[in-house]
Formats: sequence, structure tokens, C-alpha cells
Amino acid sequence: MEQLVALAIGLLTTCGVSLVLRERTFPVILGLTLLSYAVNLFLFASGRLIIDAPPLIAAGARYTDPLPQALILTAIVIGFGMTAYLAMLALRALSESGDDHVDAREEEDRS
Amino acid sequence: MSQHAPILPILIPLLAALLLLLQPHLPFQRAVGLLASLLGVVATAWLTLLADDGILRVYALGDWAAPFGIVLVVDRLAAAMTLLTALLGLCGVLYASSGFDAEGRFFHPLFQLQLLGLNGAFLTGDLFNLFVFFEIMLLASYALLAQTGGLARTRAGIAYVVLNLLGSSLFLIALGLLYATLGTLNLADVAYRLSQSGIHHNGARLALALLCAVFFLKAALLPLSFWLPHTYAAAPAPVAALFAIMTKVGIVSLLRLQVIAIYPAYPDLLYGWLTALALTTVLFAVLGALAAKDMKTLSAWLVLLSAGTLLLVPAQASADISAAGLFYLAHSSFAGAASFLLAELIGEQRGAAGDTFSTGAKRLPAWSGIAFIVLAMTLAGLPPFSGFLGKLMLLNTLRGVEAGVAIWTILLLAAFLVTMALARAGSMLIWENGPAGTSSAALPAAAGGWRRLGAMLCLIAAGPLLAVFAQPLSGYAQRTAAQLHDTRAYIHGVLGNDPATIQRQRRG
Repeated sequence: MEQLVALAIGLLTTCGVSLVLRERTFPVILGLTLLSYAVNLFLFASGRLIIDAPPLIAAGARYTDPLPQALILTAIVIGFGMTAYLAMLALRALSESGDDHVDAREEEDRS
Repeated sequence: MSQHAPILPILIPLLAALLLLLQPHLPFQRAVGLLASLLGVVATAWLTLLADDGILRVYALGDWAAPFGIVLVVDRLAAAMTLLTALLGLCGVLYASSGFDAEGRFFHPLFQLQLLGLNGAFLTGDLFNLFVFFEIMLLASYALLAQTGGLARTRAGIAYVVLNLLGSSLFLIALGLLYATLGTLNLADVAYRLSQSGIHHNGARLALALLCAVFFLKAALLPLSFWLPHTYAAAPAPVAALFAIMTKVGIVSLLRLQVIAIYPAYPDLLYGWLTALALTTVLFAVLGALAAKDMKTLSAWLVLLSAGTLLLVPAQASADISAAGLFYLAHSSFAGAASFLLAELIGEQRGAAGDTFSTGAKRLPAWSGIAFIVLAMTLAGLPPFSGFLGKLMLLNTLRGVEAGVAIWTILLLAAFLVTMALARAGSMLIWENGPAGTSSAALPAAAGGWRRLGAMLCLIAAGPLLAVFAQPLSGYAQRTAAQLHDTRAYIHGVLGNDPATIQRQRRG
């Protein structure tokens, strides 16, 4: 279980970082999305991985730590808003410069 | 009433932003925006006066005690920073009310949301809550930056948003690691747990190092500072004026984290290399200032210069140096904001040439020449204004530290080169103009001109005023630094007198 989660986080981060380093805005947005998935999984694992237990604290019962789940929920909402805004900004750069390069160069700048 | 004072700097802009969304009518927007900012100044000034009794005010949101609930912690530093934010915010709103706010529909609500994020980031005592307030501040700043047109702003916006999203990912990874190793995200509790034995030290150390990296990105320490000049130079003037305090959020958060949690546990984590990197940032910023082709870019590089200078403070973790740093921080926020506003006014008065350093533009009226000279002397740190006093205090306290000679040499060299850059800028802007008789109007664009003028003159007057009231202010700064460095009082103030009795769940 631990190995599987660690592998998934590592794979998502690798793909995310390599996509973020691309020169077009669309892969960069995808890369940021993958990175935020990796981060959320990582946050989830920070409360330890316990299978088949509810996030409710009761005396004597087995439970999984509820705090990381609350943190992830917040992080997802924020990440979603940010990505949506970035997508809008990228679309505007595309319509203003006619190109989806991350530096939003204008036609005459390119040689 | 006074026990609810800590929440006011967050509630006022939040309610104002919600109210502003109801009615897009411009006079209404201006009235509410100005009123809320004015209320914010009153509330934060009251908070600053309250905080001066030296008692740590802990405001438990939802009445859940720390470390389980989220708390706001008001000490002198937090209160004074919110007051600084409120003053800059009021000047920004006042300036924008003369016409800029008509360009983008949501200027006023976004501006209030940014004030909310800034105030929250200064007040919170919880690291995850700090992340949330950082994001509120950043989202508002993204929108304010790119809201009104132009490819330059969109281009700067994309780089800025992508970089800060990566920073947020790093922030969350650091928080996850910290929670996994220490089981808490409350700053006082983190510090307390680090002082106990039996902590998985490698994990906690890595988490704190990552957290520092995030603050370095916000504060624009050299390898992470290439975004700042483009972004700030592209931002509209009233927005850039508020951005002048955004690097300070990173610096203050870093200072607090370093003093309370990092330095007692890992004194070697930032020691040594942070000073070197901060000095490199100063040199980099000076080169940029010398190469700047217009006043706005010059102002942006000078913001970076003050950030580099201020980053010398967390590296040392000493109360005297922090006190000097706080005075310099107040000075550099006002002067930085003023220079963005003045750049735009001068740009308009010079006609087609704008604020570029070129010859043959329209002649500036005498008052803007005088305003420029006062501001330039403040920025360059020439006597008798606040820049000189701030730098003098900082240099005086940094005399005894290990790299003191290098710090003195580089800061003095930087001051000399900045004076040169500003002198060149001034002679181009004020003297090298076209034939006499092309003098422009004495006042900027007729309607609402007094608002822009008032906002800018208030910010420029901060330089002489900070110098006149330097004694009480530096006394306040010293008390602030003494309170900040009293780590024990902070931990006990937040967690109660016996933190060991807090029932903790043992983790498997």
C-alpha cells in the first residue's frame, strides 16, 4: 500500500514537472493539474494510510486522521479556482497574441 | 468589544468585498471602497495601540482552542503590519478612484479581497491558514494584475500565476511533511514540539526548509526573483503600490518562522548562505536599476533591492537587527508604493514619451520635480529622510555580525549606485525636455486629480514624516522585536502555560 501510493505520487510529480517545463500554455496547465493531484495524494498520506476506518474519532475505535482530508478539501477548492483562472488567462493570451507560447510573443517577435 | 478587535482587519474587507459585488455602480463602488479602507485604517490603528501593552492576544476562531482550532495571534508585529497594509490600501483606493477603477469592473472588490488576504497572512497563527490567506491574496493579485488589458500584462500574468501555483504546491508539500512528522500545523505548537525530544528531525528539517523556499519565492530572493521586475513593472500603478507590501509578507512570515520555530531548533538552517544570497539579490537589483529604461521598471528593481536588504534580517535572528529591519520595512513599503504612483503621474505629464528616460518630452511642472527629488532622496537613503535613518540603523546593528564587512561594503556600494541611477533618471525626467513653452498642465487630468495627488503626496510625505517621528517609531520597532524574539512567551501565550498537558493522540 505505502509503496503503491509513493509510486503514484512520484509518477504524478514526474509527469507534472516535465509538462510544466513545456513551452506551450496547455501542457503547462495540465502539468500543474497533475502536480496538484500529486500534492493532494501526498497530503492524504501525511495522516498515515489506514484501510477500512472512518474519519470519525470515537474512544477505542479505529479511525483514520480526519485533518488531512479537510486540508485536501481546501487545497482542491483553491487549486481548482487557480487552474480555472490560469486557463482563462492563457485563452486571453492566445486571443491577444495569436499564439499559445508561454511568453505570449506577438507574431513579429518570432523569427 | 476589544476582545474582538483581532478579527476586524479581516472582517471589514470581507464584508466590503461582498457588498461591492452587489452593485457595480461606480460612485457606490468608490464610496464603499474608500469607506472600508478608511475603517480598516481606524481598526488597525486601534489594534496597534491595543497591542502596544505587550500582551499576546489570541483569538480562537469558532472558540476552538489552539492547537486544535485555528487561532489569530496579535502581537505588535502583526498589528503594525496590518496598519501598514491598511495605510497603503487607503492610498491605493484613493488613487484608483480618480479613474483607474472605471477600466476594470471588479477593481474595488478585488482590492478589498487582496487587503483581506494580506491582513489574514499577518494575523494568523496557523500555518495551513497562512496558506489559505496567501492564496486569497494571490488570487486577488492575479486578477488585479491582468484585469485591464494589454499583452504585456497578460504575459507577465501567466508567468506570475504559474510560478505562484508551483510555489503553492511546494507550500502544501511542506505542510504535509510537517504534519506527518510533528502532527500539528499551529506555529506555536510546531515550535513547542521541535523543542521536545523524540522528533523525527530529518523530516521536520526538510519541511521547514521547503517552507523557507516558498517564503523566498514570495520575498524574491535571488534565484527565485526573476519574476518580480517584469510583473511589478507591468502592473497598473495603484495595484503595484499595494504589491510593494506583498514581498514583505514573505519576509515577515519568514522572520516569524525563523525566530519562533527554526532558530531554536536548527540554528544552522538559514545561517551563512541566506546572508550571501540576500547580498547577491541586492547586487542583482542594483544592476537592474542601473539598466532600467523607464521609471516603473526602476521602481520595480528598487522593490527587489529593499527585499534583498530586508532578507539580511531573518538570517541573523537577533532582536536589535529585527528592530532596525522593521523600521526599514515600513520606510521601503511607503517609498516603493510612492514611486509607482509618481511614475504614472510623471508619465502622463510628459506626454508621448511617458515615463521612459528619454529626452525631448514635455516639461514637468515644478511640483512633480520636487516630489521626485524628495522621493529619490528617500529611496536612495540620503539624509535627512527615512531611507537614511533606516539604512543607518540597519548598518549600525549589522556591524558586529560575522559577515559584517561584506554587508557594509555591498550595502554602501548599492546605495551609491542607486543614487547614480536615480540621479540619471531625475536629470532625464526633469531637465532634458523639449523647447520651453511645451510645459504641460500644472495638475493631472482635471476630474478627480486631487485624489491621485493626495494619495501620492501622502505616500511621499511618509519619507520625511518617518524621519521626524523616528524616535517613537523606532521605540515601537524595538518593543516589537523584543516581543517577537520572546519565543517562550509566544508559545505559552498560544498554548497555555503548560503545553505538555495537551492531550495528543499517539500516532502509529
